[in-house]
Amino acid sequence: MTTDTSTGPSTTKADWTSDQEPRWCPGCGDYSILSAMQLLMPQLGAQPENTVFVSGIGCAARFPYYMKTYGMHGIHGRAPALATGLATCRPDLDVWVVGGDGDILSIGGNHLLHSLRRNINIKILLFNNQIYGLTKGQYSPTSEIGKVTKSTPLGSVDEPLNPLSVALGAEATFVARTHDMDRNHMQEMFRRAWEHTGAAFVEVYQNCNVFNDGAFAEITKKDKRPSMLITLEHGEPIRFGAEGERGVIMNRSGELQLVDVADVGEENLLIHDERAETPSLAFALSRLSSGPFMPTPIGVFRAVEGPEYASQVTRQLAFAQDRSGPGDLHALLRSRATWEVA
Amino acid sequence: MTDTATQQPGSRTVEDLERLVIRFAGDSGDGMQLTGDRFTSASALFGNDLATLPDFPAEIRAPAGTLHGVSAFQVQVASETVTTPGDAPTVLVAMNPAALRSELDRLEVGGTVIINSDAFEERNLDKAGYTDDPLTDGTLDHYTTYLVPMTSLTKEVCKDLGVKPRDAERSKNFFALGVVSWLFDRPVEPTLDWIQQKFGSREKVAAANTAAFKAGHAFGETAEMFQATYKVRPAELEPGTYTSINGNTALSWGLIAAAQQAKLPLFLASYPITPASDVLHELSGRKNFGVRTFQAEDEIAAVCAAVGASFGGHIGVTTTSGPGLALKAETIGLALSIELPLLVIDIQRGGPSTGLPTKTEASDLNLALYGRHGEAPLPVVAAYSPSQCFFAAIEAVRLALKYRTPVILLSDGYLANGSEPWLLPDLEDLPDISVDFTTQPNDTDAEGNPVFRPYLRDPATLARPWAVPGTPGLMHRVGGLEKEDGSGNISYSPANHGLMTELRANKVAGIAADIPPTWVDSDGPTDVAVLSWGSVWGAVTSAVRRMRADDVQVDHLHLTHLSPLHADLGDLLGRYRTVLVPEMNLGQLASIIRSQYLIDVKSITKVEGVPFTASEIAAAIAGAVNDN
Repeated sequence: MTTDTSTGPSTTKADWTSDQEPRWCPGCGDYSILSAMQLLMPQLGAQPENTVFVSGIGCAARFPYYMKTYGMHGIHGRAPALATGLATCRPDLDVWVVGGDGDILSIGGNHLLHSLRRNINIKILLFNNQIYGLTKGQYSPTSEIGKVTKSTPLGSVDEPLNPLSVALGAEATFVARTHDMDRNHMQEMFRRAWEHTGAAFVEVYQNCNVFNDGAFAEITKKDKRPSMLITLEHGEPIRFGAEGERGVIMNRSGELQLVDVADVGEENLLIHDERAETPSLAFALSRLSSGPFMPTPIGVFRAVEGPEYASQVTRQLAFAQDRSGPGDLHALLRSRATWEVA
Repeated sequence: MTDTATQQPGSRTVEDLERLVIRFAGDSGDGMQLTGDRFTSASALFGNDLATLPDFPAEIRAPAGTLHGVSAFQVQVASETVTTPGDAPTVLVAMNPAALRSELDRLEVGGTVIINSDAFEERNLDKAGYTDDPLTDGTLDHYTTYLVPMTSLTKEVCKDLGVKPRDAERSKNFFALGVVSWLFDRPVEPTLDWIQQKFGSREKVAAANTAAFKAGHAFGETAEMFQATYKVRPAELEPGTYTSINGNTALSWGLIAAAQQAKLPLFLASYPITPASDVLHELSGRKNFGVRTFQAEDEIAAVCAAVGASFGGHIGVTTTSGPGLALKAETIGLALSIELPLLVIDIQRGGPSTGLPTKTEASDLNLALYGRHGEAPLPVVAAYSPSQCFFAAIEAVRLALKYRTPVILLSDGYLANGSEPWLLPDLEDLPDISVDFTTQPNDTDAEGNPVFRPYLRDPATLARPWAVPGTPGLMHRVGGLEKEDGSGNISYSPANHGLMTELRANKVAGIAADIPPTWVDSDGPTDVAVLSWGSVWGAVTSAVRRMRADDVQVDHLHLTHLSPLHADLGDLLGRYRTVLVPEMNLGQLASIIRSQYLIDVKSITKVEGVPFTASEIAAAIAGAVNDN
């Protein structure tokens, strides 16, 4: 039943495209994410029959219907929990979770925390558009303070969550961010997530052109990217700008600071280390920008090895069988005091 | 209670009892559950039939000596078949004033009270709310009372063992056990062996408990206090190998058996909740059977993980109690909509809300049957005795797998913790409940190409194909949105939704042809019947037996399945003038019977956190018979 995904027959985008017509609004960022994924899969050498997309509820959660793989469109917020059961029982599968900010951070926040800290082998894609789309435009847990929506006519007073900080706080072993305007970068992040053993969390800045159009335009528009996106590269000094003239340092208070490279000297720039044992640097980077209107890091924040859940479960089964022998029901029923009646 | 009395060579008599109902009561920290359990075990090994009722507070350690800290354990041991832990106890062991105060009312008038007199000092009397000393103020006038200084005698016997006085005191429950073991002629070896096995690695604890137990036994023999000892002879039970089992253990083993009979791996995902947690504990220790257990972050995650496992081709199971079943409702609806096997086990307790976590009730029937939005029928199976939980688990898994549906299995706190001797089944007799995964396309498209339609049903069962991830060519998507009949594609068509709603309902209704008929126990013509479901079976069985002994004919009908109902039930009920329906709720099944069959059954209800006694049922039967 199981096949090694890396040695299966080669596939094309068509092999990953279901016969269902996507029903997202025209111009939705979800289309570019879907396309990036369908194009990436053949490159990875993944096999459709060994791939499962699991989702909750929301616009993003329709994603599984459009992938010609196994899929489950579940209930609101619970995709990580559904995927946890599947990935724990079936370590041979590639299990992806797709959801929006309301799905994964609000109603399903609890499951996100626990699937990450358990290091379940699932790849969680958070399509963050900072709004509730399918319910037609209420503020979400990532909406900025002051956001005027149908349910916040005088502006939201709720402090938003920083998804990457949440993921890092939940002991995630892989954390990355990308955006829907850059297919190559998305594919690179999805690839890295796919290659990671354990839970991977990828935040995708995704434009909702109907209810929150342009939420990320300040940083993702082509002409803004050089000055507003800080592309993280492992082992490289963290710098950005058209000429790499801007950079990030850690000041004497231990805080990250944006600087002109010319002012501090290249040698003083912070070197990115996605494999750092502690998540402190990744966490600081996740806090560098307080919203998509300041220079914002994208790329892999953290990628460390950790014990993956299903393999540990499997190991315990093997250990128990080694220690006690394979289960014998006849003996189990007689494992406590028994007596004979003649 | 006395059958025969024979003079013993000494001055004491040995009296034969048909049955003994003994209740051990003390502080939560006094080890009463353990004491009761050991007495039970020795009685079981001796060959008695028995049934137990652990009755303990929700607090782990309520303030010592208080009424709400009282923990009790009742067991009925008999030389004949019994199906309940007995009505009023004939013997009460009270370890402190609070235990005496809270439990004495239950005791049969004229019954025996064995009291740890050391505990009856002013502070404890105050805590129990006694203004006068019940040992001297006439409270015990109508009982046979034995005052035994258990604490001091235990300390005394442990003095030379190098055990600290405080630790020695903790062994006083074994002293009490020793006394009653002597008084009721229980074998001592099982208890001594058990102490060695349990505490062998902690030498001093083992020594103290052994010494306390032997001292208690010797005290009974030498103290010239007891005029007689009592013997409950072995029961005439069906030949075979027996073990003593409680409902939660039987349920756990039943799940293991079900997985073997289905040839599929078992995945249990649960969130800790009283009184269901012991199933998680038991199965998490059975990994050598290939059982995967998962303690989820909450009730919803637990049932979701089980659904995920089922999607992957495992048997997804989640265990819970009432509050958890409420939380799982939406996910059960998902499983119902995507038509995957799922077993949800509800060990019912007193509700609503947190209710009475450690007390029994059977008030989740409506929740199990109707507790989902939309038209969402599913099979409901109910266990009726501790050992029968084993078979109920297999049956529930069978239905879930065969019909690709969530199934709710109802047990309750009384079955979960109550134990009884179990004639071990021959494993060869267990049903084969295996099902086939779909591995090939099941249809062709307009051009004649093979295709897989995930909602193309088996015409006999109306079950859809179960194709698990990893199967080439059968990739498909399932989800909670309404699906088009056959293809499973999202469909908002009005006619299709009507069709799918009816198909889902018909699938469950059709199961009526695949389950046994109503369980009927009839001993002669009568126009009165008692209809039971769940654990009340025991009290009804016992009551019916009593009535028949008095030449009163009454039939006993029992439902092992609550949805769909047994196909013959309507016809059966129509034969009686009076049908009594005793339930540990306010009449949930009675309402169903009335609406389903237009038969005005007589509802008998009890919602007090304790099971019906056989006397209560017998009184109701007597009333109904006299009315006729």
